[in-house]
Amino acid sequence: MLVLVVVMALAFDFTNGFHDTGNAMATSIATGALSPRAAVAVSGTLNLIGAFLSLSVAATIASGLVNTHFVTLTVVAAGLAGGLAWNLVTWFFGIPSSSSQSLIGGVIGATLAAAGQQAVNWQGLVSKVLIPAAFAPVIAGAIAVVGTVLLYRVSRSVPPRARGHGFRIGQIGSAAMVSLAHGTNDAQKTMGIITLALVANGSLAAGSQAPTWVIVSCAVAISLGTYVGGWRVIRTLGKGLIDIEPPQGMAAQSSSAAAILLSTHFGYALSTTHVSAGSIIGTGVGRRGATVRWRVAGRMVSAWLFTLPVSGCIGALSYALAAGIGGLAGVLVLFAIVVAGSTALYLRSRRTAVHPGNVNAEWEGVLASDEDRDQPDAVAA
Amino acid sequence: MSEWVNLHALWQILVAGLICGAGLPTIFVLGLRALAMPAGERAAAQDSDRLVGGSRVGVVLAGLCFAVVTAGIVWGIYFIVAGT
Repeated sequence: MLVLVVVMALAFDFTNGFHDTGNAMATSIATGALSPRAAVAVSGTLNLIGAFLSLSVAATIASGLVNTHFVTLTVVAAGLAGGLAWNLVTWFFGIPSSSSQSLIGGVIGATLAAAGQQAVNWQGLVSKVLIPAAFAPVIAGAIAVVGTVLLYRVSRSVPPRARGHGFRIGQIGSAAMVSLAHGTNDAQKTMGIITLALVANGSLAAGSQAPTWVIVSCAVAISLGTYVGGWRVIRTLGKGLIDIEPPQGMAAQSSSAAAILLSTHFGYALSTTHVSAGSIIGTGVGRRGATVRWRVAGRMVSAWLFTLPVSGCIGALSYALAAGIGGLAGVLVLFAIVVAGSTALYLRSRRTAVHPGNVNAEWEGVLASDEDRDQPDAVAA
Repeated sequence: MSEWVNLHALWQILVAGLICGAGLPTIFVLGLRALAMPAGERAAAQDSDRLVGGSRVGVVLAGLCFAVVTAGIVWGIYFIVAGT
């Protein structure tokens, strides 16, 4: 049973990686600062390094949100199923959404179903998850607006070649910082979940640190996920929200990097996704003459509103199912459903595939899944 | 209210974020601009496509700007490693 939970956790970590490649690399890919392949390779490597860099205890994502006494292996498995399901569905639609929130939602849903209301710390949920989620995109967006205005003003008199060269370096550097920060933050969440499962199983004493194999496997899973690249999400962030220029890319990434690092310092666990999307919209607002596709942004924000409740419901349903069947068989059935569902979604996604060849094609529909129905492998010039 | 929203921290994130997230890139571009500064008035016309303009003051200023940006990045990485 423990093995199944660990496999699901690593699978979640993998989806976390490819869902979030776009946060760091979408703008660099869209402006051509890096080729798509090079971008995911750089981002994957930095995620791997990032996951090892932070020496702080892998904070359990659930601590402070749910009472860990009620957490069993089945609860963890159901929570992971909720998070995985939401990640895959939003990836299919190319919607950038927060992987941490889907995981939190799933775990809370499963805990609610298992132990009822008293096991959830509602105030912790509001003050640690909901409020920061509301402020993150706004703050990051505001910083990006200011950065964009300044960068355009200051760079006006820089000769074109120096300008192009400089912004390329600037974009790559700032995107690298975001990747590194992502590795340290997000790989930790899965490390925390696996540690939680180990504690629930009795393999580890409560309050102990993540074992080395957990750190290594999480780091590898997230960086592999990043390397595979969630092209659908990258496309939405890089092409869907705004048509991005190099100075905007640099402004957006710097503001994301600053917002993520600072909020971590002040104890706010912000979603990398919310911050990046907010920055990208902000940089669209900051450049005169740029258009923000508010319809795409609106869809994205409404998906954010649904992240917690939906992944929570799936988590709760998964728990009901697994606990109803009971024991190992229950978790096995859940595992089989997750595998079947993700395979189906993957096969369906091939029909409207987004890949390095067409990731930068002109934006046509509202979401990645709306486009290119008739010509699945249309390659951009 | 303060139990739910830590306005103080949000305010600090915004101000520090503006300094690092918008300020550092601006300094970086100021550095580019200084680096491309032409040596003299006459050279300006032909040198519009050069990376390094040749002005000594410009190069020193650029070095200063890039040093500030590098310090910011190193501090950021230290930040991640220290895991505060």
